[in-house]
Amino acid sequence: MTLLQIKNLNLSIGDTEILRDVSLTAEAGKIVAVIGESGSGKSMTAYCINQLLPRGAQVSGQVMFNGQDMLQISERELCGIRGQDIGMVFQEPMTALNPVQTIGAQVAETVLIHGAASKAEALKIARETLNRVGLPEAEFPLGRYPHELSGGQRQRVVIALAIALRPKLLIADEPTTALDVTTQAQILELLQKLVREDGMALLLISHDLGVVANVADNIAIMRRGEIVESGPVKQVFAEMNHEYTRALFAASNHVPERNAEAAEMPILKVSGLVRDYVLPRKTAFGVPPKLRAVNDVSFEVKRGESLGLVGESGCGKSTLTRAILGLDVVQSGLIEIDGQAVTAGHKVPRELRRKMQVVFQDPYGSFNPRHKVAKLVAEPFHLLDDAPKGTARRQAVEKTLIEVGMLTQDADKYIHEFSGGQRQRIAIARALIIKPELIILDEAVSALDVSIRAQILDLLAELSDRLGLSYLFISHDLSVVRAITDRVMVMKSGKIVETGETEAVFNTPKHHYTKALIDAAPVLENVR
Amino acid sequence: MLRYILKRLISLGLSLIAASVLIFVAIEIIPGDAAAYMLGINASPEAVAALREQIGLNQSDFTRYFDWATGMLRGDFGISYTYRVPVADMISNRLWVSLPLAMYALFLSTLIAFPIGIIAASKRGSVADWMVMGGTQLGVAIPNFWFAMLMVQLLAIKYQFFTAGGFPGWDNFWLGMKALTLPAFVLALPQASILARVMRSALLDTLTEDFMRTARAKGRTRRGALVHHALRNAMIPVLTIIGLQFSFLLAGAIIIEKIFFLPGLGSLILTAISQRDLIVVESVVMLLVFAVIVVTFVVDITYALVDPRLRRRV
Repeated sequence: MTLLQIKNLNLSIGDTEILRDVSLTAEAGKIVAVIGESGSGKSMTAYCINQLLPRGAQVSGQVMFNGQDMLQISERELCGIRGQDIGMVFQEPMTALNPVQTIGAQVAETVLIHGAASKAEALKIARETLNRVGLPEAEFPLGRYPHELSGGQRQRVVIALAIALRPKLLIADEPTTALDVTTQAQILELLQKLVREDGMALLLISHDLGVVANVADNIAIMRRGEIVESGPVKQVFAEMNHEYTRALFAASNHVPERNAEAAEMPILKVSGLVRDYVLPRKTAFGVPPKLRAVNDVSFEVKRGESLGLVGESGCGKSTLTRAILGLDVVQSGLIEIDGQAVTAGHKVPRELRRKMQVVFQDPYGSFNPRHKVAKLVAEPFHLLDDAPKGTARRQAVEKTLIEVGMLTQDADKYIHEFSGGQRQRIAIARALIIKPELIILDEAVSALDVSIRAQILDLLAELSDRLGLSYLFISHDLSVVRAITDRVMVMKSGKIVETGETEAVFNTPKHHYTKALIDAAPVLENVR
Repeated sequence: MLRYILKRLISLGLSLIAASVLIFVAIEIIPGDAAAYMLGINASPEAVAALREQIGLNQSDFTRYFDWATGMLRGDFGISYTYRVPVADMISNRLWVSLPLAMYALFLSTLIAFPIGIIAASKRGSVADWMVMGGTQLGVAIPNFWFAMLMVQLLAIKYQFFTAGGFPGWDNFWLGMKALTLPAFVLALPQASILARVMRSALLDTLTEDFMRTARAKGRTRRGALVHHALRNAMIPVLTIIGLQFSFLLAGAIIIEKIFFLPGLGSLILTAISQRDLIVVESVVMLLVFAVIVVTFVVDITYALVDPRLRRRV
């Protein structure tokens, strides 16, 4: 039964055209996935359905839901439908819940708004719904607050408040993007279960082909506000009529060509590294408890090698990065950079520090928005005693920008003038300018669209071949790590649980945690 | 939560002790002998010495601090050097004017600020928002003594709704409130303007939060989402400002007290300073510090009531 039928939907906000001629259907008991890169209009399509559009939005076309055109009915009627017949799950579980209300109150609210039950009954429904989404009463009483839950648990609460009234349609906008792979697998399983049990339609919006490939019945691929290809998943993946579908598919599985050979000599050697965090004291005069974020970690990165570090959030990846960069002082252990030791409790000296540079996940947040690119890229020069000045400095900046595929005139622009991929290129240029030997890439491609990600991976591979760079590639995304690294380490609760040649680890994982990670990661090949 | 309150209470006690030591030391450092000043330039050294003995200036600093501090705990603030009457009585008379005035002004300020702040935020960019933003700008900019005189001219002299000044005491509650209305309103206006602007910007920040969208997706109307989700989340900065304003209003009303001939704490401390009545100065300052610390404590507790995330931290 067709529950939702979108016909020739057009949307513009101000003068910008967002959606063009979008047509889409969703059936009860089925999952339809909308796939696209950022800015493709996939989220806006969802907001057109329940009419939660930003100000100044102009819509035309038809959104038939349950026999009503959502574009024609009043705001009052829409409020009656939202939450009752259409539930919605959002990308960011950390911020989608009101921090000052209990989870019980927030789930019960959905019931109360629609006058579906008395307050006591609403709380009962909230309890049952939370049980359904896997938050049992014993551990998750209604009085819990969002900040007491993990990301995955919060996403379950968001799902609970969306399905409390058993809506006919559930819209899930990137529901697992902010989550770890194992949590992602659990949430996807939960959504599938709910679709099966309630016979509701699920509109699943995602940028990740791998995520939807195994769960969706139908798929629509969007680019620049248009649906370029749609149909049953198997058929779309088998035929790939549109070139964009093929390009997207290729980019998702992209493996850059790499020729660099690892030398024996390590550029970075870490032995027995320990980093403790002091937690707030429990009693007024007691000894404050400690959290061992990095527990006796040893490894080395050889010259010209690309070493991967995978693990889920909270495993200590970032703490380890900070320790290596000398941003935090470690409690014990030894860090050797290019054969020279930095002992525990000491800062990394400048002359060693310049041999390592870092590229972070958020290419926008890691730049000062008020400086021009030339100044931003030249920043690491403060690590050099004889840093070039004037024209020489400018030339160095321009040369590095060209090296990462940018233009010399980009040096005079500000960071907001660039796209995400370009910003990440600039971040790489900033790392490259003082000719480091090791670059630490901390989730450096995680925020990028797949096609851009493929380009950046190619760039990294090419730079390493040409300049003999070593990489420490930190990511939660197993497919990316598999594509770009020679060896990989798996980290869990502050410890390295498995190390080995990348292909060997992926093909025959030894530690049960590595196995669990690899099983949970969505794989695209299965579909075809 | 209990633990949180306990910790705040301990911190309150320690702040009070630290503040009292600081005030005592500061007053001691001020040059000039209180006894000599009280007796005038023609006093004989013997008379000065006798007076010093009488008011206890000869004892050790520690004893004097201890006597002063424990005295305050018993409600004994000492005897005014100038008027030879118990300081406690002087202060309590004044406090019965200043405290109600501050509370009245704060009440009016909140009463004005909340609705207009909420309207401005919920109708951002509208004519109403423009008027609120313009009006509050004016409210902050107008000097309050000038506004006070304007109000007296208009409401007390021309239309005679209120008396132009003075305070009849609390024998008749309504007469007392009536006498405080005009000064409270004058005091409240700039505070309300600041508070309304804070309210507006805090709400605007909250309105763009993700959970507001969640509320709308549940079926809340725009207004419903604002009332049920945005307001409480926007309260932290508003509470901070309210706390600061109360402390300010309690002692900062000197000019307004002068204009309306109100016997408040502000004019008491001004007179005491000019007469070098140090014991009065010391006591009033301590009282004000006490008020500020208590208000901070209350604000801290309300923070934790508003935001459960703060209950665990200190």
